[in-house]
Amino acid sequence: MYIMCFRSYLNKCTSQILMGRKINIRKFSSSEPDTALKFLDSSHNEKIPTYQITASSKLLVDSSLLIKMYQAMLSVNLMDKLLYECQRQGRISFYMTNFGEEAVQIGSAAALSDKDLVFAQYRESGVLLWRGFTFTDFINQCFGNDKDINKGRQMPVHYGSKELNFFTISSPLTTQLPQAVGAAHKLKIANTNTCVACYFGEGAASEGDAHAAFNFAATLSYPVVFICRNNAYAISTPSCQQYAGNGIAARGPAFGIKTIRVDGNDILSMYQATKFARKYATENCKPVLIEAMTYRVGHHSTSDDSTIYRDDAEIEKYQQLDPIRSLKSYLKQHKLWDESQNELFIKATNKKIMEAIKVAENDSLPSQDDIFNNVYSTIPFHISKQQVGLQKYFKRRNQLVDGK
Amino acid sequence: MILSKTNRISLHKVSKFFRLVLPAESQNICRHVHFKYYPDTTSKIKGETKEMNMFQAINNALHLYMEKDETSIMFGEDVEFGGVFRCSMGLKDRFGSRIFNTPLCEQGIAGFGIGAAANDVTAIAEIQFADYIFPAFDQLVNEAAKYRYRSGDQFNCGKLTVRAPCGAVGHGGLYHSQSPEAFFAHAPGLRVVIPRGPIQAKGLLLSSIEVEDPTIFFEPKILYRTASEQVPVEYYKLPLEKAEIVREGTDITLIAWGTQVHVLLEVADMAKEKLGVSCEVIDLRSILPWDIETICKSVVKTGRAVVSHEAPLTQGFGAEIAATIQEECFLNLEAPVARVTGWDTPFPYIHEKHYLPDKYRCFFAVEDTIKY
Repeated sequence: MYIMCFRSYLNKCTSQILMGRKINIRKFSSSEPDTALKFLDSSHNEKIPTYQITASSKLLVDSSLLIKMYQAMLSVNLMDKLLYECQRQGRISFYMTNFGEEAVQIGSAAALSDKDLVFAQYRESGVLLWRGFTFTDFINQCFGNDKDINKGRQMPVHYGSKELNFFTISSPLTTQLPQAVGAAHKLKIANTNTCVACYFGEGAASEGDAHAAFNFAATLSYPVVFICRNNAYAISTPSCQQYAGNGIAARGPAFGIKTIRVDGNDILSMYQATKFARKYATENCKPVLIEAMTYRVGHHSTSDDSTIYRDDAEIEKYQQLDPIRSLKSYLKQHKLWDESQNELFIKATNKKIMEAIKVAENDSLPSQDDIFNNVYSTIPFHISKQQVGLQKYFKRRNQLVDGK
Repeated sequence: MILSKTNRISLHKVSKFFRLVLPAESQNICRHVHFKYYPDTTSKIKGETKEMNMFQAINNALHLYMEKDETSIMFGEDVEFGGVFRCSMGLKDRFGSRIFNTPLCEQGIAGFGIGAAANDVTAIAEIQFADYIFPAFDQLVNEAAKYRYRSGDQFNCGKLTVRAPCGAVGHGGLYHSQSPEAFFAHAPGLRVVIPRGPIQAKGLLLSSIEVEDPTIFFEPKILYRTASEQVPVEYYKLPLEKAEIVREGTDITLIAWGTQVHVLLEVADMAKEKLGVSCEVIDLRSILPWDIETICKSVVKTGRAVVSHEAPLTQGFGAEIAATIQEECFLNLEAPVARVTGWDTPFPYIHEKHYLPDKYRCFFAVEDTIKY
């Protein structure tokens, strides 16, 4: 309607812009005309291969790095087992394991620089562990005690660390994707040779925010490495009910994004693919998409019993592809690790985790007064009034209950 | 949004057709303006002033801010060529890559802005019409509003400001007229600000950009061109969380924001003339967090209140104000708090003037409240 008033002015402006500046308008006519009436279908979508390199027995990365990666995967796994048990015993309210996906996390994390920013979904504990988040940090968050960096405000597993450049996790799926693109703006301008790594599941990729993020990253040209964990399930929904195309990887090129599909259970493939993606993204200031094919071995969460919607046989089949076991035999094959080392490592790590749980459990909870902090940068009048209201309530309740 | 673009193209064609066929008078009916603009003459900002309408004042504020903060960015749909309401005119030429068009996707714009702000960049996002902010509702309510709180203050997106044209415009129909402030007023962590004219828009926008909380800045689009006054040319800020008593009075308190403040000012004139009633008119300015103190002090003094807004009645922000007045000023109230608002219907096209809480409806509410 405003065009009714400024039409001629706008027309003038628009033509000035189009004539005066080099704006590259991509035209549909850049493709060849064809008189045959042909519709594209998925058969035109070339089969996307899965990058996998462990099969070649050549040692591709430094042996000490390999051992470190193995220990990190095993550590995540051990922590998962103990915290899962904690939830079953009612000591924490909720937990989500990383079973089967440790290689996606550690392989990619190892290929990133610690200065790269990470935006994650929730099943990426290994990335944080790799960056130096301690068992104590993880466990304090799950217990929501007064040492929890989130001040006990979020559900367990919603980790975050400013120090480690890992943006705090939130439950709404996929919201972190366009945010990851926005966060890349400063990196691009400052020309810091860093990128943003952004993790999400194949279910999350169905959200509108995924479309937004892919398109923004490509059209505005930002160094973002999108890492999709395609683990075959979004809670109970198998991926065949999630999409009808060729997975998530097929979407990348449609947005103009350089894309690869990787064996997510093969840590070396994940490492190499991420390393290249990172290099490409930072050098060209463009996004890259990695679809890591894996399998969610554990339940979706402690609130889920996955045997209701999938066969035990299927789980067992994929347990055989366990990335930790694969790397262990690879290390053994190259004589970098043995069973006794393994036993010792497991024992020592379990001890550390148990101790951290014991301490975290006995720490006090954050003060109730803290409910009202950090909603805004300062506490507004109406909220401080409510804060006083809660204090009065406690006083009155104590008088009622204790007769004081 | 694709629909709005389509609309614009067809309106463009229609207007051309109408100009050829219909007398000028018909067009005037189409561009019905339901209020009289009261320029802001009480501004205490010193220094040189210049006549500006509201889009020019907003444009001026953006120029001043972007000059001051070299890392700040502004983005949205069609902002590069100056914006569909001309608010970003000249910014592209002056600040280059810091001003950019995004793909047509509101959830992307909001999410992108949150990420940029969370990584320490002042991000000024534009949503083309407040009516199209709903695809970004999740990003704004679940993400922006809760960013600082949920991370224990490790991360925040306080450097985000989302600007969006809002309110009635004479002929905007369902999707170019909405006032969605009450939807956002229910989201702790967000700030919601609405100016009533050029001086206010400039000062409040600069405060909204600078404040370390995510802020939604709704600009009543009918004021972009109809509101014009002497605006200070220097950089200045007006306080958030602070209502302004636009006209002092003793008999009744009238509360509104945006364009509706001008409707109530005219109602105050009518009430003086026809009823001999002295109205205190308050511009709320900040919807969230809002200035409970100024409102309640006024009602304690006058004993009567009328709240008016364009948005629908049920769960409109007037409900929050009325409830708070009732709670805080119970012993002072001489009559029920009246609410004069849009009807609980979608915003209609041809019946706009019967939908809006115009000066007559507001006047009748004042009369009824005084005579209660």
